[in-house]
Amino acid sequence: MNELPQQLANGLILGAMYGLIAIGYTMVYGIIQLINFAHGEIFMIGGFGALTVYLGLPSGLSLLAAIPLMIAGGVICSVAVSVAAERFAYRPLRSAPRLAPLITAIGLSLALQQAIWMWYPDATKDRSFPQFKGEAIDIFGANIQRGDLFVLIAAPLCMLALGLFVSKTRAGRGMQATSQDPDTAKLMGINTDRIIVMAFAIGAAFAAVAAVAYGLKNGQIGFRMGFIMGLKAFTAAVLGGIGNIYGAMLGGVVLGVAEALATGYMSDVPGMELFGGGAWKDVWAFVLLILVLLIRPQGLLGERVADRA
Amino acid sequence: MRHRSLLILTTVLTTGALTLTACGSRDDDTKSSGGGDTQTVVIGVDAPLTGDLSALGLGIKNSADLAAKTANADKTVPGIKFEIQALDDQAQPSVGQQNAQKFIGNDDLLGVVGPLNSGVAQSMQKPFTDAKLTQVSPANTGTELTQGNNWKTGDKKRPYAAYFRTATTDAIQGAFAANYLFKNAKVKDVYLIDDQKPYGAGLAASFKATFTELGGKIVGTDHINPDDRDFNSVVTKVKSSGAKAVYYGGEYPAGAPLSQQLKDSVKIPLMGGDGMYSADFIKLNKKAEGDIATSVGKPVEELDSAKKFIADYKTAGYKDAYEAYGGGTYDAAWSIIEAVKAVVADNDGKLPDDARAKVLEAMAKVSFEGVTGPVSFDEYGDTTNTLMTAYQVTDGKWTSKLSEAVK
Repeated sequence: MNELPQQLANGLILGAMYGLIAIGYTMVYGIIQLINFAHGEIFMIGGFGALTVYLGLPSGLSLLAAIPLMIAGGVICSVAVSVAAERFAYRPLRSAPRLAPLITAIGLSLALQQAIWMWYPDATKDRSFPQFKGEAIDIFGANIQRGDLFVLIAAPLCMLALGLFVSKTRAGRGMQATSQDPDTAKLMGINTDRIIVMAFAIGAAFAAVAAVAYGLKNGQIGFRMGFIMGLKAFTAAVLGGIGNIYGAMLGGVVLGVAEALATGYMSDVPGMELFGGGAWKDVWAFVLLILVLLIRPQGLLGERVADRA
Repeated sequence: MRHRSLLILTTVLTTGALTLTACGSRDDDTKSSGGGDTQTVVIGVDAPLTGDLSALGLGIKNSADLAAKTANADKTVPGIKFEIQALDDQAQPSVGQQNAQKFIGNDDLLGVVGPLNSGVAQSMQKPFTDAKLTQVSPANTGTELTQGNNWKTGDKKRPYAAYFRTATTDAIQGAFAANYLFKNAKVKDVYLIDDQKPYGAGLAASFKATFTELGGKIVGTDHINPDDRDFNSVVTKVKSSGAKAVYYGGEYPAGAPLSQQLKDSVKIPLMGGDGMYSADFIKLNKKAEGDIATSVGKPVEELDSAKKFIADYKTAGYKDAYEAYGGGTYDAAWSIIEAVKAVVADNDGKLPDDARAKVLEAMAKVSFEGVTGPVSFDEYGDTTNTLMTAYQVTDGKWTSKLSEAVK
């Protein structure tokens, strides 16, 4: 049996999820050069928000009908927490040295994890998440689970909407201007504070969509799920060129596919028998990251920008 | 370039920091209150009380608590009141070692029940043996814990004198699993996956040894990261290998999604060890039907000796189920109580000054009818009760299929 289509599909699905989360890292970094390490937890909170909505719905409702409401619930929770974090944890430190908000982000990340652990009912262990029933669908020789269709549809739609927003709307152009030069943007009458909040909110909303996809795919969510996913998404953002929204999605997909192919094929390469399989996939993903950064230090789609004074 | 180097530096720093900071500790102490002429003996409990494995850990805590309460109510040791001090190890060796130091620092503490994870046990054995503090694990199955690193070559040597367990070893569990799968389930082609932890890797290795000896074929091997939840790439490999079952050395938090993704793509069962035998495995896995797990002892529900334990556990009104290790934990705590009883009886009804050393000495001679059957320890600190049971998920429940004592 030819595994290749299946492995590519596995990688694409995982990568689309990384990409959705990576948008949040890349937008915030592009505008205020902050690596928002609490973003993985924003993703996790989106998952719990969606689960809360699902548990509150009447049990007769079909999952398909529930999904828009679950997304809405997840997005509301993620955005609320993310905007609050921006307002109370990051804004007061905006003129502080760059390491200060970074440490704040790490602290916030732990605080959010522990808050869910403590106050969300039964969240000290993984909670089960609703899933679609029914068999997998065969597309080009690859089995796609019904839950995975969600991310395959949602990710391109989200990217399209974001692309249109950034290039066509007034707020989107303001965002581009702020990312190029915040001081001049401010002088031109752009409310940069509002733009920054908007970047946090969009990133959080995308993370919430990714969290619903994660739940539908794996059938469970837990308070620690943001750590690994966040780290991978951050890697994807750097790989694609941090600051570039299309780069984030591309980086996510490249990372996901690289992981799947490393798991599937690395042990078949002569001399590499010991370095293949699931145990080494992260190693190969990061080897890829290092190679890309050696050849293109700005990332796949990143632009070489002059350092700001 | 300042940006980029800062970016790289901070990435490295934060990765390290996040890993380290995951190791706080949460105490769940019970206050010790000595009063009158009764002496207080504290039994420590170390288990993951939070996190993925807390279902098993809370069952351990409650069962040890029940043993102490029963001993107090029955006045098993006259003049001695037992108390429990439970610490959360979060299934992490570094936290387990901190807990070990706390236990050693508590002068009233004469024995420790736990931990759940073999990896955690490794970090606790040395401090406990140095302090002559008895430790009895209800759940560790890593063979090297009692028989040394060279047990595979027959060179058995007990590394730590203070370590005992009421669970059987992975050598026995893996062999039993291989036998069951090959002879009873009649599966000849197996794909082997483990999670690279001491427990998972050890179990997978001993399964493989017996399974190939019986004439079965391992059609492929892979390892996964227990913190991942997406195993589709591995599942795709399993599918094209033509395996008829997957044996997984690991625990249910990763085992549940692995099983589900396996069923999504190729309809073969997942088999695992006692780390998979949890009700949560079925709760987190919508396609668990047909999966197989082995566990130590017999299902306590089927043992006459366990009827009182089950009834008492219910009466005590614990919020969490006793899970896979409830019976073994009760027996582990009771073995410490029996040892204390022997020591106190030898010393005119009082605790001697070197109580820890005396309790440790007495452990070797402990022998009683426990919840899981007769309890006593051999020269390595292993239980002499080698009963194992195979379970299969039928109608959304673990159902016992075969119980056997393994030689």
